[in-house]
Amino acid sequence: VKPNSNRIDPPGSFKISDNFRSYSGLRRKKNPILRSLGEKESKQQSKKMSSIGTGYDLSVTTFSPDGRVFQIEYAAKAVDNSGTVVGIKCKDGIVMGVEKLIASKMMLPGSNRRIHSVHRHAGMAVAGLAADGRQIVARAKSEARSYESVYGDAVPVKELSERVASYVHLCTLYWWLRPFGCGVILGGYDKDGPQLYMIEPSGISYRYFGAAIGKGKQAAKTEIEKLKLSEMTCKEGVIEVAKIIYKLHDEAKDKAFELEMSWICEESKREHQKVPDDLLEEAKTAAKTALEEMDAD
Amino acid sequence: MLLILWGVLIQFTIPIDNGDALKNAEADSQRTLYPYVTGTSIVAIKYKDGVLMASDMGGSYGSTLRYKNIERVKAIGKHSLLGASGEISDFQEILRYLDELVLNDNMWDDGNSLGPKEVHNYLTRVMYNRRNKFNPLWNTLVLGGVKNGEIYLGMVSMIGVSFEDNHVATGFGNHLARPILRDEWRADLSFEDGVKLLEKCMRVLLYRDRSAINKLQIAKITEEGVTVSQPYSLKTFWEFQAFHNPTAGAQGSW
Repeated sequence: VKPNSNRIDPPGSFKISDNFRSYSGLRRKKNPILRSLGEKESKQQSKKMSSIGTGYDLSVTTFSPDGRVFQIEYAAKAVDNSGTVVGIKCKDGIVMGVEKLIASKMMLPGSNRRIHSVHRHAGMAVAGLAADGRQIVARAKSEARSYESVYGDAVPVKELSERVASYVHLCTLYWWLRPFGCGVILGGYDKDGPQLYMIEPSGISYRYFGAAIGKGKQAAKTEIEKLKLSEMTCKEGVIEVAKIIYKLHDEAKDKAFELEMSWICEESKREHQKVPDDLLEEAKTAAKTALEEMDAD
Repeated sequence: MLLILWGVLIQFTIPIDNGDALKNAEADSQRTLYPYVTGTSIVAIKYKDGVLMASDMGGSYGSTLRYKNIERVKAIGKHSLLGASGEISDFQEILRYLDELVLNDNMWDDGNSLGPKEVHNYLTRVMYNRRNKFNPLWNTLVLGGVKNGEIYLGMVSMIGVSFEDNHVATGFGNHLARPILRDEWRADLSFEDGVKLLEKCMRVLLYRDRSAINKLQIAKITEEGVTVSQPYSLKTFWEFQAFHNPTAGAQGSW
């Protein structure tokens, strides 16, 4: 079987037989220049990294001698390859933003949504393999619906995050299932106020004030730590998130991107919805001016 | 009325040999046989800007007027109003189905929303399919709404009969209110005239329907949205001469 040249392999990865794909990536045409850059990088990385688990990374049910499950770590690397997703908890709600890298100029703006509503009061932003993300969102919607059907009230965000996390974890327990190649930021507003959770491909889920996943997550986390979230309203939060995403977008590596943002706050009547167009435009212009000011320095 | 009810009862009590009810949990215990808590008529008309729907707030337990605060008209999504007469618990179940329908529609977040025609069609399918399984939702539903300037008013019964019209009524309203509406309804009714017309119908129903109570709500839906009025009462007149001293001149038969 000829190797599929469009397949994206995680950096520092294996190539056993092509029949056995415990890790299949998105089938999309990658820009040849970018792809060769990626390959060079991965070769460099594989020389640096001593963590190629040769032999212990074939199955998600195998531990390595130093106690790691490599398949789960490889899944996390898939998430690290995707566009940045940022979520913050402001004093009156949650704001989430996604740096949607545009693969082709032919795509309609506004398509390929990365942020999905899970119920009236909760939404999820997905980073990583989009198809895997769709599964997680579908499962979360189903869990929220079933909770409301049985208990008659909107699902508390903590309960929902636990259910999604255990579903993601489920797929790391059996050899005939592969882990989800996507991480999810779940934001919701319930009786206990606004809450933000992040669920990683390993099934770990924590509650955060501010979270970021994807390519620029380190830079994003540094930026978020500079913000005074407990005093910020969501309107201000929208502008800050836009600034962060514009700042950490690497013009050299990835060309165009589209900013997708959503919020749940008092202004949106505690319902998860896209940030209104006028506020989004305001945020984008503020972010671009901030960038220009930085470049001018 | 009683004859009609019995006729319908006979239709739905076709025996199915499921086995002994003691041993077999499914034996005939899951199909709707008769309604318990019922709402009486709904009357609805199209008017110049949209749809007006009137209902009283009573829930009868047989011949007892047991519940006096039941809202039988609810808003569905952004564009529709649903009114129901018949079994109240089945109405609540229908509201749950529609809630899920509207939620799933909203979660697409694509700028589209369900209009009255679509909701009416969905309800028709649900009612008809339940009837085919001999397990009906014991309601007659009135669905009205406005979307993109088009005013829509329709009705679905418990056996799945569905149609659209300029004015609809359920239950006793069919017999008492519709003749009034046929004579006096016009396409260009203003809001005040529409309310007056509905109040005229509801007053007749209050006088003549034994399960009606004097506490009604009128709901209005236009392109702008839904408004449901606060409950209020109609003025009634009981001073007709014939009701004074009704037994005067009665000879008595035995």
